[in-house]
Amino acid sequence: MKNLLFSLLACTCLAMFFPSSLLAQKYFTRSGHIQFYSHTPIEDIQADNHQVSSILNAQTGEIVFSLLMKSFQFEKALMQEHFNEKYVESHTYPKSTFTGKILKADGLDLERNGSYPVSVTGQLTLHGVTREVTTEGLFEVKDGTAKATATFVVKPADFDIAIPSVVRDNIAKEIEVRVNMNYEPM
Amino acid sequence: MLAAQDDLMDMLNDMEAEEETTDYTYATFKTVRVVNAHSIENSAEGVLTLIIAHRFGRVNSGAYDFFGLDQANMRLGFEYGVTPWLTAGIGRSNIRKTYDGFLKAKLLRQSTGKRNMPITLSYVGGMQINGQRWAEPERENFFSSRLSYLHQLLIARKFSERVSLQLMPSVVHRNLVATPEDQNDVFSLGAGGRFKISPSVTINLEYFYLLPGTTADQFENSLSLGIDIETGGHVFQLIFSNSRAMSENLFIAETDGSWGAGDIHFGFNLTRVFTVKRRK
Repeated sequence: MKNLLFSLLACTCLAMFFPSSLLAQKYFTRSGHIQFYSHTPIEDIQADNHQVSSILNAQTGEIVFSLLMKSFQFEKALMQEHFNEKYVESHTYPKSTFTGKILKADGLDLERNGSYPVSVTGQLTLHGVTREVTTEGLFEVKDGTAKATATFVVKPADFDIAIPSVVRDNIAKEIEVRVNMNYEPM
Repeated sequence: MLAAQDDLMDMLNDMEAEEETTDYTYATFKTVRVVNAHSIENSAEGVLTLIIAHRFGRVNSGAYDFFGLDQANMRLGFEYGVTPWLTAGIGRSNIRKTYDGFLKAKLLRQSTGKRNMPITLSYVGGMQINGQRWAEPERENFFSSRLSYLHQLLIARKFSERVSLQLMPSVVHRNLVATPEDQNDVFSLGAGGRFKISPSVTINLEYFYLLPGTTADQFENSLSLGIDIETGGHVFQLIFSNSRAMSENLFIAETDGSWGAGDIHFGFNLTRVFTVKRRK
């Protein structure tokens, strides 16, 4: 009985100092998918980046993203060239990053299967300009991996991205950004 | 809290730094021509480039000819990106009723990172067919007499966002020349470059130096100035050149205008791309 009590105590102590979530508290991916979509009456433009890196600290709710602008793939090669050369200026600003925090994460448990709506807020850096972005998202946890999706709107003008007047009607003032990540324990 | 996020970002950067990638240079030139000559830019795979080019008469022909605009010469050309590194093109110009065809193959790509390559290297192989009626139809004429060929290397480097340079050692072979003194093989060394003055506008310069020989004695070196203006899927190239023709057998080997004498031809290239095969 004494032994059993001691064991229980020891376990409790261990659990206090090393909570199980600490062992797998960080989740990551290097092949996340971010798509952006521009709709105008003249044309719809879409680009996909399947090489997005992200780390999520499940315990604190901190989340970071990083991607290379050059990795966005367009349907038309010339659009991709103009996007990099003239609009986002990838030679000067090769990366876009986001550092944020999951809010309203109560109940988010990446070790328990289920769907968890969340709200994320943080700093989005694009074209050398940093702006605060807040968005709703959804975590879907299944057997230790977490699929995260979110959609938000970015205005090129907010990030000092100049669109030449000749193509002004072809590129939307508000670009929809769709995030789709599959996290694994780190 | 912010510090913790920075730590997380550092971690992400470390993770990315482990994997070194090759960064290929792009947009060395605005379009597939420097001015008259090919640039190392290819039509992207599955993309058809249409070029409508005009060269007018000499500016010094005066007001009667409206400074050359009364005499329009044109070339209509199509170029298709067969693969990312191979372009095939055809064209027709009114001067000597010339049909031309070429293949342009990219052999090296300028890059940094995992694979470091200081230059982009392309080979252009072309053929021109003189489509005029035989001058003396009564004598025995051979089709091969209509043909001339181009072999050209394009060696280019994008030095900065603004400055790109290209060297173009070239040989033009004419199967038939007018006199025994004329050269069948005309060697020349071309050089071209661009300077970007705004995201959509560049100034281009192109020069072909004829190596000493009877061709160099009789003809001028081709010198051309171009201004590229890019508008979405179009590039307009406004051109001033002492060359009137637009195929290499003529503008490299038979330019007869002199800049000093004001024998300048105004003209333009209009290029438009059509995405024929959509990328997946």
